[in-house]
Amino acid sequence: MAARTLTIDGRLVSARAGESILEAARDAGIHIPTLCYLEGLSEMGACRLCLVEVTGSNRLLPACLTPVSEGMEVHTATERLREHRRAIVELLFAERNHVCAVCVASGNCELQNLAIRVGMTHVRYDYLNPVCAVDISHPQFGIDHNRCVLCARCVRACDEVEGVHTWDIAGRGVNARVITDLGVPWGEAESCTSCGKCLLACPTGAIFRRGTSVAELERDPKRIALIVASRQERW
Amino acid sequence: MSNRAPANPAPAADNRQKLLEATMRRYQYRPDALIEVLHKAQELYGHLSPQLLASIARNLHLPPSRVYGVATFYHFFSLKPQGEHTCTVCLGTACYVKGAMEILTTLETEAGLKAGHTSPDGRLSLLTARCLGACGIAPVVVLDGVVIGHADAETLRARLHALLEETPVAS
Ligand code: SF4
Ligand code: SF4
Ligand code: FES
Ligand code: FES
Repeated sequence: MAARTLTIDGRLVSARAGESILEAARDAGIHIPTLCYLEGLSEMGACRLCLVEVTGSNRLLPACLTPVSEGMEVHTATERLREHRRAIVELLFAERNHVCAVCVASGNCELQNLAIRVGMTHVRYDYLNPVCAVDISHPQFGIDHNRCVLCARCVRACDEVEGVHTWDIAGRGVNARVITDLGVPWGEAESCTSCGKCLLACPTGAIFRRGTSVAELERDPKRIALIVASRQERW
Repeated sequence: MSNRAPANPAPAADNRQKLLEATMRRYQYRPDALIEVLHKAQELYGHLSPQLLASIARNLHLPPSRVYGVATFYHFFSLKPQGEHTCTVCLGTACYVKGAMEILTTLETEAGLKAGHTSPDGRLSLLTARCLGACGIAPVVVLDGVVIGHADAETLRARLHALLEETPVAS
């Protein structure tokens, strides 16, 4: 397979042709923050957290969607990018009601980890405080829209891995919400097989297993990648 | 003006399903024709009911949530039921030639509403249709299920005005 050589933060890295900057960086042990990306699912480029600088381009490029090329010079940790990421995380917090103290995912939440990682100390934006529903009509799972960051990982896990596409995103802008089937309560969504893959994929405490209390949630998004990988290996 | 009481409440209703079917058939039930099909359904029914969305999803082999997502993304589509009153202006060829557009524009102005939509207070849905099968009395408008042939813009504007002046039915 054709190899490409590039530099990431000044380090010489070799990658497979067609690989994304994100994959090349991860293989080289260089961390780029992500949120909508999840190994095993298609890339969507929605959250813009993974933006990097590439010499010769004055636009910031999403690392998860941009393929490597020969001689590319990538910067992942400039001051401009740091500020940009902080702003995105703050906006995510401002958009819904993330009260970590009472969240089942606290301590096990990608959004919370991101906030720590990007050094968020406070939110400079006005909180929108939208009125968001909590749906516990499903016998095993619940969805708390207060904590949803609209990453669509549940949508893609359910569609691409489970294959039933129970979730989608309805509406747009501040009114956008993840919905099941024709916007019915999750418990009434006939397409749902109750497999729990959306729960595995969700980066926050938005989708939770019912009966789970604070700090009890076991959720491992890596299991999605494992399921996908083991599915490809048949002998 | 010739008024005639319809045999059933919505004379246009009978062939709406057929017309929608025809549209889907024309696109060979391809999933990527979703927008066109939703457009047609909105035009025919004035809003997209869950039953309608479910049947479109089935016919185009799309997940219901996908259909719902698309239907709620565009402001053009309305998922809310029809208004208390409905007014359907036929824009079929015969009616069009006889000035249906003028009628529609007049009514849109009177109601402050675009065709295919329901007023925010839920009092009126203004709809359009393609040939209601009454070309002989074109232009045709159906007001609350009553077929009005040889319609003219001014008379209809007055009737609509009077209708909307009435005290709303308490819901
Ligand atoms: S439990 Fe499985 S089938 Fe149901 S919505 Fe989640 S991923 Fe889809
Ligand atoms: S429910 Fe979870 S996985 Fe789905 S969009 Fe919201 S945050 Fe993402
Ligand atoms: S991880 Fe690349 S845009 Fe979200
Ligand atoms: S064109 Fe209007 S009824 Fe035929």
